Amino acid sequence: MDISLFYFLLLGFAILMYVLLDGFDLGIGILYPWFNSDAEHDHLMRSISHVWDGNETWLVFGGVILFGAFPTAYAQLLSTLYLPIMLMLIGLIFRGVAFEYRFKSHSSKIWWSRAFAIGSTLAAFCQGLMLGAVVQGVPSDAIQGSSLQLVTPFSLFTAVAVVAGYALLGCAYLVMKSRGAIQHKAAQRGRVLVWVVMLAMALVSLFTVLSDDLIWQRWFGGWQTLWLLPLPLLAMAAARLLYRDLGRVRKSHHKAEQVTEKHEDRPFWLAVSLFVLAFAGLLVSLFPYLLPRQLSYQQAVAPEHSLWFMLPGVLIFVPLILAYTIWGYRIFAGKVEDFEEGY
Amino acid sequence: MDIDSAQLSAILSRIQFAFTVSFHIIFPSITIGLATLIAVWEGLWLKTRNPVYLQLAKFWIKPFAITFGMGVVSGIVLSYEFGTNFSKFSELTGAVLGPLMAYEVLTAFFLEAGFLGVMLFGWQRVSERMHFFASCTVAVGTWISAFWIIAANSWMQTPAGHKIVNGRFEVESWFAVIFNPSMPYRLSHMLLATMLTATFVVMATSAWYLLKQQHQTFARKGLSMTLWLALVLAPLQALVGDFHGLNVKEHQPIKLAAMEGIWPAREAHVPYLLFAIPDPEQEKNHFEVKIPGLASLLLTHDWQGELQGLQSVPKADRPNVPLVFFSFRLMVGLGLLMIFIAGAGLWLRKRGTLYQSRWFLRLCSLMAPSGVIAVLAGWYVVEVGRQPWLVQGLVRTMDVVSPLPAERVALSLSLFVLTYSLLFGVYLYFFRKLIKKGPPELADLQQLKVGVKASGYAVAFTKNLADETQHKGAH
Repeated sequence: MDISLFYFLLLGFAILMYVLLDGFDLGIGILYPWFNSDAEHDHLMRSISHVWDGNETWLVFGGVILFGAFPTAYAQLLSTLYLPIMLMLIGLIFRGVAFEYRFKSHSSKIWWSRAFAIGSTLAAFCQGLMLGAVVQGVPSDAIQGSSLQLVTPFSLFTAVAVVAGYALLGCAYLVMKSRGAIQHKAAQRGRVLVWVVMLAMALVSLFTVLSDDLIWQRWFGGWQTLWLLPLPLLAMAAARLLYRDLGRVRKSHHKAEQVTEKHEDRPFWLAVSLFVLAFAGLLVSLFPYLLPRQLSYQQAVAPEHSLWFMLPGVLIFVPLILAYTIWGYRIFAGKVEDFEEGY
Repeated sequence: MDIDSAQLSAILSRIQFAFTVSFHIIFPSITIGLATLIAVWEGLWLKTRNPVYLQLAKFWIKPFAITFGMGVVSGIVLSYEFGTNFSKFSELTGAVLGPLMAYEVLTAFFLEAGFLGVMLFGWQRVSERMHFFASCTVAVGTWISAFWIIAANSWMQTPAGHKIVNGRFEVESWFAVIFNPSMPYRLSHMLLATMLTATFVVMATSAWYLLKQQHQTFARKGLSMTLWLALVLAPLQALVGDFHGLNVKEHQPIKLAAMEGIWPAREAHVPYLLFAIPDPEQEKNHFEVKIPGLASLLLTHDWQGELQGLQSVPKADRPNVPLVFFSFRLMVGLGLLMIFIAGAGLWLRKRGTLYQSRWFLRLCSLMAPSGVIAVLAGWYVVEVGRQPWLVQGLVRTMDVVSPLPAERVALSLSLFVLTYSLLFGVYLYFFRKLIKKGPPELADLQQLKVGVKASGYAVAFTKNLADETQHKGAH
């Protein structure tokens, strides 16, 4: 395999890991307003306080891979998307410090809850906005022109879609990590969000395919349609199963019967697979571009010397990182109620 | 866009980067040292079973956690700011600096984040040894992180191992890029600085408790340990700083001239200026208080030694002299104060009045921010002293800023100023609150055994403890 393609895929992997991992913990923040009591808010935050930092590191990793392997794209994308990036960073700052300060405060607790909720939602919203702007194609004069150019009906739509998607991941995570009223509520909200997310995915896919003849050709221009078809079909199957699993969890609370652990954990993995499939679809549409129709990965790639230098680091450390990340999650496996000790 | 607006935008971008990076460095300079101290205390607890070490570790882990959190969120900003505000710079140097930062993330950031969760929340989930291992890993992670980012910064100070192809930097030798001429000096200077920063934060807190006559055993241990540490580290830092200065003289003579306030193109028998007000307009110093020949002696090891001055380069190639000059004196002054305190501590210890001398304890408790201030001042010398270059002698800062509209940068800068001012106040408030609350009681620590393997048991145990305390409250 061509080494620049390897880095293109690695960048994709970093972004996907970020979206999945920080997705569910930003999702918890987005869901905050739907939970009322302090105790519930404590529970929600505790479910992620040991992992949020690691999850966010994937964002930094994506950033530096872009910087090191595709410096031209890093420079162009980041300066063009200036304001949404800055707002996202400010959002991430507020929700990040809320983890530390919320548990240590009394009278100001409500403010940290708000900072957490608003910061998480703002960060997700900006990410969605950037996704929309990139898919639609950023105008080449955007860096000089008004920032409002980035705000189009389409990018607003993807922004809301990403917020909803993260919230769905958050719901599925909560179903896995909690019992009782919180689990019930998460299952209930999750079912509504499955519909919202599927609808949004369908509309975004439709728009993407119709907006560009090349992308249309790629999906429907021949036999490849056959082997691309599983993507939407699997997504629909996963959504259906997710909807039913969440329904089963919800019903168990009405009838006060036990659901098996399998049904509590599976929604999370189904939500994850929905995201993986959507991401794969996006990759099919956008390949080989980092900026659609403007900059392909081959055009933006760094000299080979730099790529080879990073390679051993990537090959040794990425598997290692995955291993100790899994180890970290396993230490805190189980329901949040069972590890309420602080530090 | 007209010239003025482009320049304004560039200046705003530079202010924003200076502001956000200054804010960020405060936190790592505390956490790198503190993580190390916490790991050492935990190790000592496992070895000696003296509960005061556990108390130290458990107490300092809380201020550590909030400081680390601040460092994380303010650090993410930086990894994106190169691209947002210095897009041309990123394009030119991405092939050199990008891989170094990729290694920082791969070998340090993930490691820290991965084990921090266990270090903070895992007391009852993993064995004592495993917990100790997690704390050590976090500490080592912070050191590795410093290694890579200092390598990247030092390359911008003393670039080596590269070639320029089509106007962009490419690498010829990674070894030469990483271990560039100033890197070993800057790295050792910075790591010592972080150790000293944490040492003086712990020392100040311990002294404050002793003044208030609270938590005596805990505070005595803290004060004693940190004074021994300072006795080794502070003089060592002066020595390393001296070597670093010689390295600056060799590779960045104009920066050195600004640090010492030397104006003539070449000057022999250069005095050391204890005080002066450098005047860039008239190209001379006012109100000099000096020791003749001392600068020559320190930097060339010869009273008559010649040094290069600012006038050897055009005005446009000089940094902001007063800022560099005063920052350098502030850093050196604080360093000397640290050496004095370490020495005075030893003297009082010999006399057996260390824990009773109120003047000394008061002085120590005032030293809490000394490390942070010295680190900031030192970095101003490094960064402002390199101007107008971003990569010394090769890339000018003003040439590689993103061509953003000034209003957009003004908006983000104001958001950062607001956010960071607010958060800094909050950080100080909670830091104070944690210090005021004091260390966990020994009795509680002994009951709350760390490292109970079965989580179910641990939970039952903590619940029992909670019941007992409620019970006690009822009596």
